[in-house]
Amino acid sequence: MAVTLQDITIAYGRQPAVHHVSGQFATGSLTAVVGPNGAGKSTLIKAIAGLLPVESGQILLDGLGQRDIAYLPQQAEIDRSFPISVQEMVMMGLWRTRGSFLSWRPSDRQAAQQAMAAVGIDHHANAPISNLSVGQFQRALFARLLLQQANLILLDEPFNALDSNTTIDLLRLIREWHDEQRTVICVLHDLNLASEHFPETLVLGREAIAWGNTAQSLSQDTMTAARNKIAAGY
Amino acid sequence: MTLYDFLIAPFADYAFMRRALVACLALGLSCGAFGTFLLLRRMSLMGDALSHAILPGAAIGFLLAGLSLWAMSLGGLVAGILVAMAAGLISRRTEQREDASLASLYLISLAAGVVLISLKGSALDLMHLLFGNVLAVDDHALLLVAGVSSLSLIILAVIYRPLVAECLDPTFLRALGVAGGLYHLAFLLLIVLNLVAGFQALGTLMAVGLLILPASAAAFWSQRLAARLAISALLAGLASVIGLMGSYHGDWPSGPAVILTAGGLYLLSMTFGRCGSLRARYFPPRHLHHD
Repeated sequence: MAVTLQDITIAYGRQPAVHHVSGQFATGSLTAVVGPNGAGKSTLIKAIAGLLPVESGQILLDGLGQRDIAYLPQQAEIDRSFPISVQEMVMMGLWRTRGSFLSWRPSDRQAAQQAMAAVGIDHHANAPISNLSVGQFQRALFARLLLQQANLILLDEPFNALDSNTTIDLLRLIREWHDEQRTVICVLHDLNLASEHFPETLVLGREAIAWGNTAQSLSQDTMTAARNKIAAGY
Repeated sequence: MTLYDFLIAPFADYAFMRRALVACLALGLSCGAFGTFLLLRRMSLMGDALSHAILPGAAIGFLLAGLSLWAMSLGGLVAGILVAMAAGLISRRTEQREDASLASLYLISLAAGVVLISLKGSALDLMHLLFGNVLAVDDHALLLVAGVSSLSLIILAVIYRPLVAECLDPTFLRALGVAGGLYHLAFLLLIVLNLVAGFQALGTLMAVGLLILPASAAAFWSQRLAARLAISALLAGLASVIGLMGSYHGDWPSGPAVILTAGGLYLLSMTFGRCGSLRARYFPPRHLHHD
């Protein structure tokens, strides 16, 4: 599923956070979105997720609906003391097929088990989410993403504050999504991760500074250009 | 006084006590469950505001039709919905934080209610509306309570999954394009209904107690939502039985008696509960247990 941005501008109040960005995330592409603080990275993927209105321009989603999109926000606003088990939270990922009201089938529980096994937290399935460490919790959220079977996956700094083992495991999942021809867009602040694991990179500085093959678009020069754009203000 | 006289006789001898008991038990079932969600959404203050909001509405019903169950309930329902809407409007359209606007709203409601009742009623009428009167629970009131409790539990069962998801991770639902706000609205409406049903027996000041206290006590016993809903309903039922007996023997107003008992159960749970209680903190179990 391709995502096409046609000259989009997104503003908070009167301040544009993303300014006249055009381009395309091709079907099955795996793109890192990088840039300095205030570059509009989170804003951009929130808008693609349909959570923020665009001021002008258009985001075209190939005619696919909102339920084909999976979005993992930067700090999921999840109340970690909420009395719910890991498995119950993971099974929210089945919303697209089971919706608000349909009951769980045995195959649904099986799918949840598999997803939890894939991220290595199946032995915590029945534990309350408050028992999980930061890394385990992020793994659980990735299990939920797995169940969503979305064609477009939007991740906002998913490796923040994670240990390297967890990061490596979760990167492997992202790689698998890429192999399955899903479109993945991932906001990152760690440029090394971007250059090692992401074939495409969008360098954002309110405007699109560079976009394309990571080797070409991600460089000292483009990052400096992005920083200067932000510093110059509007 | 034999044990029979103490425990059974009040209910065996007097129909109004039986009705009050059944009403409180039915109310406890739904209030226990809804209170748990109210706390999970950190909305206990909203519960306060809504329960006080019922008073001026019930008072207007009282002015127009005397101590009529239906007039007072309808008035209370309308006033409760109005205040819920006003609270939402104030928090969206002004920069004031919700706790301040809720506190303001419930003070206004309480004062308006007391003034309205004193226009026509006696101090006794005021006591009954504020603190409940078991004698007011006639067959119609019982039907109202049982109906509200059954209906709200059925609706809760239907909207359980989206309501839980909306509490836990509202962004997730928004990204799926599910109208989480709709479930929130249904939830608020059911809270108001439960408060309206509760005020005959418990009074407008006390009805919210059956929502908050058993639910916060239950939080000390389990980290599972389903268990919490059950424990909280159980504690609400227990508080009702003990409180009504106290009300009978001690001639206390029924609302405060039930709520005081619920408060006692809360203090016990806070001290001895399994999760996050004083005991769990200062005398932790020897083994780390996984569940």
